[in-house]
Parts: sequence; C-alpha cells; structure tokens
Amino acid sequence: MKFKSLIITLLASSIFLTIIICIWKILATLQGLSFTNLKFNLNLLLSLGLVITCVFIGKKFNHKLKIFIISLLFTILYTFLNENSPMWFSVGIFLIILFFTNKLKKYDLKYLNQDFISEKIVFEFLSLFAIVFFALVILFPFYIMVVTSFKTQSALLMNPIDLSIDFSKNIFEIFKSYFVIFKTYDFGRYILTSSYVSVGTVLITLLFAIPAAYAVARLNFFGKTFLSTSILIIYMFPAIVLVIPLYTVFSQLGLRNSVEGLLIVYTATTLPVAIYMLQGYFKSIPKEIEEAGLIDGQNWFGIIIKIIIPLSLPAIASVSLYVFMIAWNEFLFSLMFLDNPKTFTLSRAINHLTGDAETPRQYLMAGSVVVTLPILLIFIYFEKYLVSGLTAGSVKG
Amino acid sequence: MSSTLSKIEKRTAYTLLLPAVCLVFAIILFPIFANVWISFKEVGLKDIRIPEPRAKKIVKNIQDSNSELKIIYKLRNSSLIQDIREVKFSDKFPKNIEPVNLDKRCEFKSQKVKCFFGNWESGYRENFEIFVKDVNNNAINSKYIKSNKPDLNGKSNNILLTTDFTFKNFKNVFINNNFVELLMTTFYFTFFGTLGAILLGIFAAQLVNQKFYGRTFMRSILLFPYVGPVVALAYTWTLLLDPNSGTINSLLVNYGVIEKPINLLGQKYLIVNILGFELKLRLALTTVIFFEIWRYFPLAFLFILARLQAIPKDLYEAADVDGAGPFRKFFYITLPQITAILSILFMIRFIWNFNKFEDIFLLTGGASGTLTLPISVYQQGFAVSNIGMGSAVSIVIVLLLITFMIIYFKLIGKKANEI
Repeated sequence: MKFKSLIITLLASSIFLTIIICIWKILATLQGLSFTNLKFNLNLLLSLGLVITCVFIGKKFNHKLKIFIISLLFTILYTFLNENSPMWFSVGIFLIILFFTNKLKKYDLKYLNQDFISEKIVFEFLSLFAIVFFALVILFPFYIMVVTSFKTQSALLMNPIDLSIDFSKNIFEIFKSYFVIFKTYDFGRYILTSSYVSVGTVLITLLFAIPAAYAVARLNFFGKTFLSTSILIIYMFPAIVLVIPLYTVFSQLGLRNSVEGLLIVYTATTLPVAIYMLQGYFKSIPKEIEEAGLIDGQNWFGIIIKIIIPLSLPAIASVSLYVFMIAWNEFLFSLMFLDNPKTFTLSRAINHLTGDAETPRQYLMAGSVVVTLPILLIFIYFEKYLVSGLTAGSVKG
Repeated sequence: MSSTLSKIEKRTAYTLLLPAVCLVFAIILFPIFANVWISFKEVGLKDIRIPEPRAKKIVKNIQDSNSELKIIYKLRNSSLIQDIREVKFSDKFPKNIEPVNLDKRCEFKSQKVKCFFGNWESGYRENFEIFVKDVNNNAINSKYIKSNKPDLNGKSNNILLTTDFTFKNFKNVFINNNFVELLMTTFYFTFFGTLGAILLGIFAAQLVNQKFYGRTFMRSILLFPYVGPVVALAYTWTLLLDPNSGTINSLLVNYGVIEKPINLLGQKYLIVNILGFELKLRLALTTVIFFEIWRYFPLAFLFILARLQAIPKDLYEAADVDGAGPFRKFFYITLPQITAILSILFMIRFIWNFNKFEDIFLLTGGASGTLTLPISVYQQGFAVSNIGMGSAVSIVIVLLLITFMIIYFKLIGKKANEI
C-alpha cells in the first residue's frame, strides 16, 4: 500500500513538474531564446530526483530553508545540464521549483500511509495541471493578439516564433499599428458607430422589453401561455435563416447601409431573451408592493416606472450588459447590411481589413485588440451581472 | 366590477405587448415565412433592385442667344433585366420660360412639361431634348434651370411579388449540390462541437468548484473566449494556425515534432497510418470543431458550475465517512446529480451549434470540407448570387430545427421547467 502510493506520488508530481518546465521553456522560446530541444526525459529524471529528495527529507528540517536550498540546488543543476540561457529564464525555473516544493510540503512518508492517498494525489496534481492547461489554452490567443500588434510584418515573417517586444524603441514606434489604424483606417469612426449601435440597441430593447415582460409576468390575458412558450421558440431561430429575406426587404426599402437598419434588427433579435429574463425577475417581486401602489392611485404606467423598474435594477443591468455584448460582437448582419465604409461597425471593419491580402497582420491584430478590450473590461468590471445574463441567455434560450 | 377590471387588465396587457410583438413579428417571423415564398422563386441577387426610370439633366447654352437654352435629359432604365411600364416624366420651369417645338409625347401646362413615354424595355436609353426660351427675351439663369430635378415614375414588376413559382431551387438543393455530404458535415460539426464543449465544461466546472488560490480569477478567465468578439478571436486563431508563419506551426517545426508545417485550416484530409490502415481525418473540419469547443465550452461550464454548487455538501461528507476517493465521488455523486442538466445542455447547445455561421465563415469560409448548412445559405445567396437557392437552404435549416425542437420538448421539455 505504502509502496504503491509512493510510486504514484513520485510519478504524478514529477510528470507535472516536467510539463510545467516544458511549458515555461516553450514560452521562453517565444521571447526569442533559441531552444530546439525540450529534453523531456532528462527533465523528468531531474524532477524525479527532486521529488525523492523532498519526500525523504520530509519534515526533518525547517520548511522554508529546505525548499529554498533545494530549489536553488536544482535550478543550478538544471541550468548546468541544459543549454545556455539568460538569467530571467533561470529565475523562472527557480520560482517554478520553489512553488512546486512548497506544494510537496505535506508529502512525507507518514502522510503517504493514509487511505486512498494515491487517488487523492493524482486528483490534486490533475487539478493543478488543469489550472495551468485552461489558463494557457485560453490566454494564449489573447497574448498572441496583443503581442503581434506590437511587431512588424517583416520581423514576423523572418522569425515567426520571436514575439518579444523591443522596448528600446520609442513609444511611437512600439504603438505604431495603433496610430496607423486610427489614422489611415479610420477606426475612431468605427468605435463611435459600434458604441452608438450597441448603446442604442440596449435602450430600445429595454424600452420594448420592460412593458412586454411586465405584461407576461403579471397580467392575465388571452394567449399568455402561448406567448411565453413562443418567446423561447422564436429565440431558437438563428440569424442565418432571417438574413436573405431581411436583405431583400432592406435593399428595397433603402435601409441597407444604415445604422438604423442594424438597430432595428439587433433589437428584434435580442428582444425575446430580454423579455424572458425580465419576466422571470418581475415574477419574483412581491405582488403586495404593486397592490399598495394601485391603492395609492397609480395606473399601470406609474407602477412600472415607480415600482417595478427601481426594484429590478439588477435584472435590468444584466439584460443591458448581455444585449450590449451581443450587439457589440455581432458580425453576420453587419457583414450583410454594410458595404459602405462610412457605416461600418468595428467587427465589419476588421473583416474589411482582411479583404485586402496586403494588410499587414499587426494592423489586423491591433484592430482586434481595439474591439476586444472594451468588452473584456466591461466583463471584468460587471462580471456578476453579465454572468447571470449569460446563463439565462445562452442555455434557456 | 371584476369583469371591467379584467377587461382593463387585458387591454393594458395588449398595449404593453404590442410594440414588442410587432417588432419581433416584422423582423423574425415575417422573414421565416418570406423564406418559403422566396425559395419557390428564381431570384438572383441583381433582381431584387427595383427598376427605376432615371434622368440626368444637362443644360447647354445656345450660341448668340442667352434667352434660349437647350436641355438634354439622358433617360435610362436602371435595370438591365426588367421593363418599366407607363413611364411618366415632369419637369418644372420658372415663370416666362416656355418650351419651343415640344416633343409630341409631351405637353406644357402651368409651367410644367409633362411627358408620357410609354414602355421602356430593359436597358433602354434615350437622349431627350427640350429647347426653351424666355418669353420676354431676357437672359435665362441656366444654373437655376439645372437645379430643378425632373420627376420620373413608372410601373414595374417587383420580381418578388409576382406569382411565378418553381421547384428548381429545392431540386438543386437536394440533388445537384452534394446534399448528403453537406448534411453529414453539419452533423459532424454540431455533434462533436457540442460533445467536446460539454466535456471540457464538466472539467472546468469540476476544477472551479474546488477551493484554490485565484479561483474567482480563474472563473473570469474561463469566460473570455465566449465574451470576446468572434471576429477578433477567429482571426487570431487563423494567424496562430497559419502554415507559413503561424506561431503554432513554427513552434512544432522548431521542436522537431513535425517536419513540414501543416495547413490546419486549408487541408481537407490528413491521412494517418495506423497499423497498416489508412485513416482519412477531416483536418480542417476538426480544427474548426476545436475552435468551436474552445469558444463555447464556457457556456457549458457556467451552467454545470451553477448545478455543482447546488449539490448538497452532506452527500460528499457521507462519502468521506464511507471512505470514497475523489474519483468515486465524482462518478457516484457528482455525475448522477448533473445528468439532467447535461441532457438539456446537450440538446440546446446542439441546436445552437447547428446554426453557427460566423465561426466557420471567418476561419475557412466553408472551404476545405467545412461547408455546413448555414454557410451554404450564404454561399448560395451571396457568393453564387442566387437568392432563391439560399432561401431554399434556409427552409431546410428551419425544418430540421423544428424537428429538433419537437424532440427536445418531447424528451426533456418538462424536466427543463423543473430545474
């Protein structure tokens, strides 16, 4: 029992450490270090040695002093056995090993005697690995997006894996792509159009959705159940089946190439989910409050303005943020309806940039950063509201 | 008393609902029905412009006389395909100015020249001339004359409103265009995209449900792929996967994993040799599916996490007492608790992925074996410029969607409301 768990601990933890070191090495390659071999086997042996030392020393020693000395020793050994590398790379290795040995703190021979310990250990390292995996897989494209926008096309073509930013250049040189897309490609105008469309969609949607949601939530009328089920069904129909008839009708009415046309379409496509989310919240408001309002002589309009809206601000906030996100990110309708650069939204403008194969990729990525950054900042700041909007909007509808 | 109250209530309800219902009807329901209409017609992209009679006015001075002018109207039918019937023309002139030798088709009444040109066939062109002079032989202000725009109108058939129908579009969809392959690709994409997103969502949710340092930060990061705009993310991935100078290919070549760069988005098949069997892997499609999983697993994650957090803690405590390890806990407690949510999630994400357009369009544009039904709508309608075909494909999508929804409501509609 003890032997088995010992073996599993050694293997799981050393494989974990090796993978982390390899990832660090790959990331370092992207900063211009010329490694061509991961030396996986050698690193695995090193890690195994490290884990064995840690487990057998156990708690016989002052913990902080122990991990510091062990990490230092192994970093030196690692640097000695691997290719030449700059100081910052070794510091990274040192920090990784420090973190790792700290994790190994509780693993001594005594601890490994518990029940189910091997499963627990595998689970623990799998979780640690999963954290690294998810963080890497998700953040890597965003990292590439930002870093590429600071490079130049020729440098990228010469050495596609060197993504380091040359900080010795002056600020104007580093941020050149951003200056170019605002000056030459008119991105300032697109930001304005996108903001106008998104905010407009939010306002009009709320204007239409709040009364409708109130009617669905509170009032009795013929066809109510039919209406509330059809809201969901309508939401399931995708934009792509609407696009051809809307395109023909909008062409004949002259609404194509106009921001107003986009506003109408965005509002209509987000209305069902907005009504759905709001009516759910309105139902949770106690009826007694409204009845008190009725006795005070309020009509329906007054009740909505003075009672319902102030009480359901959180729900309204999450609907607004969700609708804003949809309108800001929307691509299909802006692709179909907008041909004139004067009416482009940001998404459409970036798509237009790729239409010209000559456009250097750093401009494309700078544009991508410009369109991504606002929505991510809003998301991080208002996460609580947006998450509830996402949950309702994406799965129920 | 109560009946009047309920009447008022009804009326209020309808007033409150009316704007929203009208808008949704006009922009969502009407197009779905209009699709049926268009799909039975032979309509190209260029046919949807309504033909208009047009005139360009050119004013010329006549030598030796500034009291006379020659006005040329360059008349034309804007459409090269359709005729215009009963074209009427009118132009206004200032006081004291009268036309000389007016064309037979025209008459001059209360300072207006009115003409009836009759029918213009498609592509019709004519240079129509009018001479005018001032009655009192004063000089004419030619700029003022030019600033008056003539009015033209005529009747034409709007091809969308005629009643000629044809089955040609549907015949083309089902017979001529590799319909089976199209359908199979769509199902591969939808099924594996959904399955992958849910599996990854389970892992992520299980991870974030534990306590560790930086957990809230991790939760925010996990939602980034969904929150970011699809245009930016798709182009970033295209750059990353680029065979010539993409980071991923260059890294793999640098570390000797592959010898030559692989065109992950532009290569239809990857031939793999396993134990002597040649396996054909749909490479571009697989890549697109992975992007799809990457982008939409956050939604599965969010929903599963919400369910995980609602599982009572004492179930796990009891398992601890019984001496169950973490894997057993997952398979015997967590999994049974989330199966209901997983089935709902699968159905709904399936329907959504089935409709996905932007992701594939931006990554491959439907090339190298990634043509799905939604992309086909775009290709037929706007690349081949056959609106009728595009609509026919849309109808196929709508019919399939209705089938899925019926299955969904039959299988788990009731359960969904309980959760």
